[in-house]
Amino acid sequence: MIQAQPTIKPKKLDAATIITIAIIGVVYLLAFVLEQVMPATSMLFTVLKKGATYALVAVSMNLLNGFTGLFSLGQAGFMLIGSYAFAILTIPVAQRLSVYQYYDGGLVQFSLPWLVAIVLAGLFAALFAFLIGLPVLRLKSDYLAIATLGFAEIIRAIFQWDKIGALTNGSNLLRLFPTFADFNVRDESGQVLVYWSTFVPFVIAGVCIAFILMLINSSYGRAFKAIRDDETAAEAMGINLAKHKMIAFCTSSFFAGVGGAMLAMYANSVQAKSFTTAMTYEILLIVVIGGIGSVTGSVMSAFLFVASSEWWLRFLDQEQMIGAWKVPLLRNGFRLVVFSLIIMAVVLFFRQGIMGSRELPDLFRKRHKLAGKGARKA
Amino acid sequence: MFDTVLPYLLSGISVGGQYALIAIGYTMVYGILRLINFAHGDVFMVAGILMVYISASGIPLYLSIPLVLIITAGVGFAIERVAYKPLRSAPRMSIMISAIGVSYTLQNLVLYVTGGLNQFYPSIPFISQSVTIGATSTRMVTLITPVLTLVLVIALVLLINHTKIGMAMRAVSKDFETSRLMGIKIDNVITVTFVIGSFLAGVGSILYFTNYSTVIQTSGAMPGLKAFVAAVFGGIGSVPGAVVGAFIIGICENLLKGMDTILIKAGLSKSMLGITTFSDAFTFALLIVILIVKPTGLFGEKQTEKV
Amino acid sequence: MRKIIACLLALTLVLTLTMTAMAEDIVKLGVYEPASGDSGAGGKQETLGVQYANSVQPTVEIGGVTYTVQLVYADNGSSADKAPSAAQALVSEGVSVVLGSYGSGVSIAGSPYFAEAGIPAIGISCTNPQVTAGNTHYFRICFLDPFQGTVLANYAYKTLGVKNAYLLAELGNEYDVGLTHYFQQAFEALGGTVNSETFPTGTSDFTSYLNTANTLGAEVFFAPVSIAYSTQIISQAAAMNASFPLLGGDTWDSNKVAEVATGTGLNIFVSTFYQEGGAPEFDAGIKEWMNANPDMLTNNGGNDVVAAVSAMGYDAYFVALEALKAAGTTDSKAVNEAIWDVNYTGVSGAIAFAEPGDAVRNVAYIKTANTETGNWDFVTVQSVE
Repeated sequence: MIQAQPTIKPKKLDAATIITIAIIGVVYLLAFVLEQVMPATSMLFTVLKKGATYALVAVSMNLLNGFTGLFSLGQAGFMLIGSYAFAILTIPVAQRLSVYQYYDGGLVQFSLPWLVAIVLAGLFAALFAFLIGLPVLRLKSDYLAIATLGFAEIIRAIFQWDKIGALTNGSNLLRLFPTFADFNVRDESGQVLVYWSTFVPFVIAGVCIAFILMLINSSYGRAFKAIRDDETAAEAMGINLAKHKMIAFCTSSFFAGVGGAMLAMYANSVQAKSFTTAMTYEILLIVVIGGIGSVTGSVMSAFLFVASSEWWLRFLDQEQMIGAWKVPLLRNGFRLVVFSLIIMAVVLFFRQGIMGSRELPDLFRKRHKLAGKGARKA
Repeated sequence: MFDTVLPYLLSGISVGGQYALIAIGYTMVYGILRLINFAHGDVFMVAGILMVYISASGIPLYLSIPLVLIITAGVGFAIERVAYKPLRSAPRMSIMISAIGVSYTLQNLVLYVTGGLNQFYPSIPFISQSVTIGATSTRMVTLITPVLTLVLVIALVLLINHTKIGMAMRAVSKDFETSRLMGIKIDNVITVTFVIGSFLAGVGSILYFTNYSTVIQTSGAMPGLKAFVAAVFGGIGSVPGAVVGAFIIGICENLLKGMDTILIKAGLSKSMLGITTFSDAFTFALLIVILIVKPTGLFGEKQTEKV
Repeated sequence: MRKIIACLLALTLVLTLTMTAMAEDIVKLGVYEPASGDSGAGGKQETLGVQYANSVQPTVEIGGVTYTVQLVYADNGSSADKAPSAAQALVSEGVSVVLGSYGSGVSIAGSPYFAEAGIPAIGISCTNPQVTAGNTHYFRICFLDPFQGTVLANYAYKTLGVKNAYLLAELGNEYDVGLTHYFQQAFEALGGTVNSETFPTGTSDFTSYLNTANTLGAEVFFAPVSIAYSTQIISQAAAMNASFPLLGGDTWDSNKVAEVATGTGLNIFVSTFYQEGGAPEFDAGIKEWMNANPDMLTNNGGNDVVAAVSAMGYDAYFVALEALKAAGTTDSKAVNEAIWDVNYTGVSGAIAFAEPGDAVRNVAYIKTANTETGNWDFVTVQSVE
C-alpha cells in the first residue's frame, strides 16, 4: 500500500479496458434481462438492490480510508442524513398526515421528485460533513476515527429528539416515500409491464462510482494518495492538506448520503435507530474484504457480503437434514458465527482482500506488468 | 435541591466506577500498542455471559467469581494472540480493523449461544442488597463500586510504578522499538497488559451487571465506547486519567438524565424537554470538545511526531 | 476470475430455480417473528402458539385437496433494519399467508414487501394503528393501542385512583411511543397530569428514570417497553423500594416478567389479550405439548405458564386456515380476499375483521403480578364505555 501506484494512462483504449467495459455492460444487461424473466420474488433481486446500495457506500468509504488515508467511522451518520433528507422531501403530501401521526402531518408540506431529493440528500450529508470536518479533520488517525464515530452517534440522537419531531417524525418510522419498486412500469390493473426496480439502483450506483473513479484518477486523486502515503511529504510538495482532506471528506459524505437515500428506497422505511456504529463497521469490513484501495474490490465484496449474509448462508440458521442425519450446530445465529469467522480469516490471513489495490482492468493486463509491479514492491 | 440531585449523583458515581474499570483496559493497551481495542467492551460483555452460564451450572459463588475472572483474563490473552500478534508489523489500521472483526465475532458468538435473548444475571448476595441513603434507596453495589475501583487502581498504579514488569510496561509505552532493543520481552509485556485489562473488565462486569441484571450480546458496546471516551478524556495512556475521565463521564451522563427534573424543580423549566435523548450522545460531544481543545486529554503527555 | 463469476451466476440461477420449484400439496405459512433482539422472548412465545396449532391441525382441506401446512420461519431480529430481508426471505419462499409479528415497528417495516408480492399478513399482537391503516393486505386479530391506552388510563385513573403518571418509552420503538401517546391523551382527558420521557435503545441503567418519576411525585410508572427492558426496570425499581405501582402493556404479560417480580413487593399491572384459564382445553393441551418438548419449554422461558401471545398465535393460525379453506386455493391474492369474511371463534374470543383489517375487540384483561407465586393473577376485564 505504501508504494505509489503507477498511473496508467493509455492514449488509446487498450484491450484490458475494452474487456472491462464489456463486462460492465454485460452485468447491466443481465441485471435488466434477469429481472424481466425471473420471478420478482427471488432473493436474487433483494441481494442486487441492497448490494448496489452497499457498493456505493463502500466505495465512498474507500475513497476516504483507502485512497486518502483518513480513517473515518462516521459513515452511518452521513447515511442517516441522506436517508432522512430523501424521505422527508419525497413523502407525498397526501400521506404526510398518516406518517407524521403524532405531529399533525409535520412541518414540510411539499414533496420533491425523487431525483432532486436524492441529490439534495447527498448535498445535506456533504454540508454536515463540511461543518464536522472543520474541527475534526485536524485530528490524526485513531482520534479522527473516534471523533467521526462520535459525531455519527450525536447525529443519531439529534434525529431522534421529539422536540424536532415535526421535521423528523421523532424517533418513529418515516415511510410511504418512493421506493425502488415504484420504478416498475405498471398498467392500470397494477400488473407490471417492465421491471426497473433493480436496474435503476444499478444505474444510480454506477454513475456515482464512475464519478468517484474519475476523481481518484484526476490530479485531486493523486494528491489524495500522496497524503495517504506520507502526509508530511505531501505537504512539502505543496499539497494543501486541509483543502484536499476536506474535498475527500465531503465527497465521500455526499455519496454516503446518496447511498443512504438508496438504502431508504431499498428498505421502504427509515428510522434513526438503525444507523448504528455496527452499520459503519459492516461497511468497513466490506471495504477490507474487497481490498483497501480498490474500487472494484469494494463493489465485488459488497455484493458478496450482502449475498452471503442475506441469502447463501441463510440455510445455516435452520435445522437441516441430510437424509436421516441432523446436521449439528445449525440454529438461529449460526450464519453470523460462520460469517464473522470468514471475515476474521480475511482480516488475518488475506490482508490484501479480494483485489488488493488492483482494479478490474488490471486483471486483464499482461502478466509481466504485474510481475514488474511486484518486483518493484520487493 | 440537593435531595433532587443526590440520586443522580449516586448512580453517576457508581456507573463511573464501572466505566473506569473498563477504561483502564483501553488506556493500557493504547499506551503500549497504540491500538483502540474495540473488542474490549465485548470482553466485558463476555465476562457477564460467562457468569450467567457458570452460575447456572450450579458452581457456588465463591468459586464462580474467581473462575469468571480467570477465564475473562484468558479471553483477553487469546484475543491478543490470535488477532493482534500476527499483525504487529502491519499498518495500524489493519490492527484496528482486526479489533472490529473480533468485536463482531464475539457478539455473534454470544448471539448464537444465547439465542439472542436477554440472560438474567445471577444475583450476588450482599452487593445486590438495598440500602437507604437519605431519601433514596439503592443497591449496595452502588456504594461498593467506587471504593473497589479506587483500591484496584491504587494497586495497579503501585504495580506499574514499583515492579519490574511495571517498569517494562512504562518503557514499552514510551518507546516500543528502543525497549525491544534494551532486551525487554515485548510479547510478555503485552500479554500482561491484556490480562490485567481483561481482569479489570471482568471485575467491572460483575459490578455492572449486578446493578442492571441482564446481559445480551450488545451489552458491551455502549459501555465500551463510553469507557474508551473516558480514557481519551483523561489522556489516553494514563491510568489515573482514565479513572478521572470515567467518573466525570458517568456523573455527567446521569446528571443529564436527571436534567429535566432538576430544571423543573429549580423552576427553570415548565415541562420535560427530552434531554434524556442525548444521554449517550453527550459523552461523544464531550469527547469532541476535549479532542479539539486539548487533544492529549486531561493528563496525557504531549507527543511529538517523528517524521 | 471470469470463471468464478460465471460459476457464481450459474449457482445463483440454480438456487433460484430450486427455490421456485415447489412440492405439491404443501401450503406454506410464513412465521414472521423476532427470535432474537429485545422482543425475541415474546416472539418465541408467539411462535409457540403457531407451532402448537400446527401440531394440533397439521393439514387443511383446500378446494377438495388435503394440503400439509408447512411453517416457514424468518427472524426479523426485533428491528426495522433487519425486517426487510426477513420479509423478503418469506416472499421468496412463496408463502400463502404471513403470520406476525410481535412488535409493531417490524410489522410496519415488513408490510410493503408483502404488499408488493400480494401476500396477506395476519398480525398477532402488533397493536399500533399504523400496521393496518391505509392498506388492504395487513390484518390483525388483537386490539389496538388507542383502545389499550385508554383502557390503561381508565384503570390507572379510576381504579388505582392516581392523578400523576410518569411515562417511559424506548426511542424509535413504534409500539412504546404509540401506546404512551394514546395513554397520555386519555389520561389527560380524564384530568390527570403526565410527565413523559424516552430512553435510547440499549439502555440498561433505568435508575435515573425511576428517580425522576419519584422526584416528580409520580403515582404510577407506565412503561410499555419490551420484555428485555421491563425486567430491568422491575429489578431496579425493587432495589429502590419504589412505592408507585408499575403499569405495562401487553408486552409485559410474560412469565419472565412475573418471575423477576417475585419477592419484590412491587405492584405491577398489565393489560393483555388472554387470561390463562379462559380456554382450559387449550391451556392443558399446550402445557402438555410444551412439557413433552424441552426446546419449546426453553422457548417459553423455562416454565409452562401460557403466555397471552401464545394463545393469540394459536388463533391466528386457525384464522389463516379458515381463510385458506374459504379461498379454495393457495393463491395468496384469493386468500387475501377471503380473510375479510372469516368468522372464527378462537381461544381468545370471537374474531371477525372490519375496516381497515382489524379484528373487532372491545375487552382487555387486566392482570397483576403475584409477587409470591411468580404468576399473573387475573384482576378484571376492562372495556371502554
